[in-house]
Amino acid sequence: MLEVRRLVKNFGALRATDGIDFEVREGETHAIIGPNGAGKTTFISQLAGNLRPDSGRIVFGGEDVTPLSAPKRARKGLARSFQITSIYPEFSALDNVALAVQAHAGHSFRFWKPARGEAALREPARRVLDEVGLGERAGVLAANLAHGEQRQLEVAMALATRPRLLLLDEPMAGMGIEESQRMVGFLAGLKSRHTMILVEHDMDAVFKLADRISVLVYGRLIATGEPEAIRANPEVRAAYLGTD
Amino acid sequence: MKRGFIFWAAVIVILAALPPAVNAIGQPFYIDLVRRIMILAIAAASLNLILGYGGLVSFGHAAYLGVGAYSVGILAFYGITNGYLQWLVAIGASAIVALAIGAVSIRTSGIYFIMITLAFTQMLYYLGISLDVFGGDDGMRLKARSQLGFVNLGDAVQFYYLCLALMLVVLYLIHRIVESRFGMVLRATKSNEARSRAIGFSPYPYRLVAFTIAGAICGLAGALYANHTNYITPGLMSWMQSGDLMFMVILGGIASTAGPMLGAFALVLVEEFLKGYTEYWPVILGPLLVLSVIFFKRGLAGIVGKPHA
Repeated sequence: MLEVRRLVKNFGALRATDGIDFEVREGETHAIIGPNGAGKTTFISQLAGNLRPDSGRIVFGGEDVTPLSAPKRARKGLARSFQITSIYPEFSALDNVALAVQAHAGHSFRFWKPARGEAALREPARRVLDEVGLGERAGVLAANLAHGEQRQLEVAMALATRPRLLLLDEPMAGMGIEESQRMVGFLAGLKSRHTMILVEHDMDAVFKLADRISVLVYGRLIATGEPEAIRANPEVRAAYLGTD
Repeated sequence: MKRGFIFWAAVIVILAALPPAVNAIGQPFYIDLVRRIMILAIAAASLNLILGYGGLVSFGHAAYLGVGAYSVGILAFYGITNGYLQWLVAIGASAIVALAIGAVSIRTSGIYFIMITLAFTQMLYYLGISLDVFGGDDGMRLKARSQLGFVNLGDAVQFYYLCLALMLVVLYLIHRIVESRFGMVLRATKSNEARSRAIGFSPYPYRLVAFTIAGAICGLAGALYANHTNYITPGLMSWMQSGDLMFMVILGGIASTAGPMLGAFALVLVEEFLKGYTEYWPVILGPLLVLSVIFFKRGLAGIVGKPHA
């Protein structure tokens, strides 16, 4: 459903994405791992449309989306979460998710009816909050949620846009052990219903969740395969796993 | 909710009772003063829509005050005094100018946005000065006040109540807009643009529409202002006028319904009060404004009620 061909991105002399060929199949959870500075977030940002590649193509659902902006890709079903929490802090958790529902529903040039009174936005938003386990916290200002809850909210907003492909950039970043375990459990539940790209540092989580894993080192994809194959791959061990 | 109701009831009662009260004590001058404040409150409220709720720090909002006033003045100059037509043109022309300025400005952000909105308004200011037919630098007297039929704008009290009604309507209208789907996108995008883009909102069209609505509403204030002073000058479009509007919004409390109104009252009343004591009033007013911004971060509205995002 997603195909990337010979993607290149330079920052000055640094080649952050070095001719990546990459593919995500319908229904799979595809993890991207790699040491710090390997260019994982740069890669994800190009998939989501936040960064323009210097060359190469990104085909999503059979359509070349390379020239499309981030909002356009989001409306086509590519939803991302950010490594550094990105929410609307001055709005309640429910408002945050309702906005995502609204983004998906369209019809945002309506000027009169109070948006907070619209069941068509609030009900689906409530369901998503329940799904991620934030149902009780719907009325709390996003700024006042605990860090782990904000990470959940981040995922909830991505889910509320009813994406065809979820790009999760380190959803467990900065979480305590207990929180990340809960998040892993939650993502395991999502797996069956969603196609996901998961960028993650936590190797236990990656090997638990991923159907396939791609390894990124210095902007290059050095291996793609099933978890067992990746674990056994000598090149990967040398570049990454071995240093653990 | 209840507090808000009491607040607005008090505002309406006090402002409605003002004309007979000041006439009774023989100070009709206050009718003119408060009328001017209410007109400026409409302008400030329109700026608040983009500055407070949209995060667009326009330093050229007086442009639309000018376009609205000149629309009325120029039509009157050519003998068209029908108020409905004049005000429609004032609102329409301001909307078109705002659309054009916004279309260019909103592509920039931060300090560039501030400077470019200022630059456009300066252009209009100098255009006003260069229009010798319409009085150039000196401005011109309105040939006749707008003819509205049911209210006589020549009557200070009738005009006052019209301004009061229009101010309340504008404040309510903006309140509805910012609570609507459109308003939620506008406010959310101010809060976190990257997040809005990630869920599928392109900020540009929302900001441009808000900018145009704000221009149109300010155009109405301009049409009222021309009738209020019975005179139009390019000075209405000066950067100081834009600065005054910004101060009203910030002083009153950005992103609040009542803020711009409270800010307009506070700024003009303090100014008038200080003028009564010394001709060096700006020396006192300046530091006063700085202190108020430092100590009342949420503005006067923050004292009256709770904020909403």
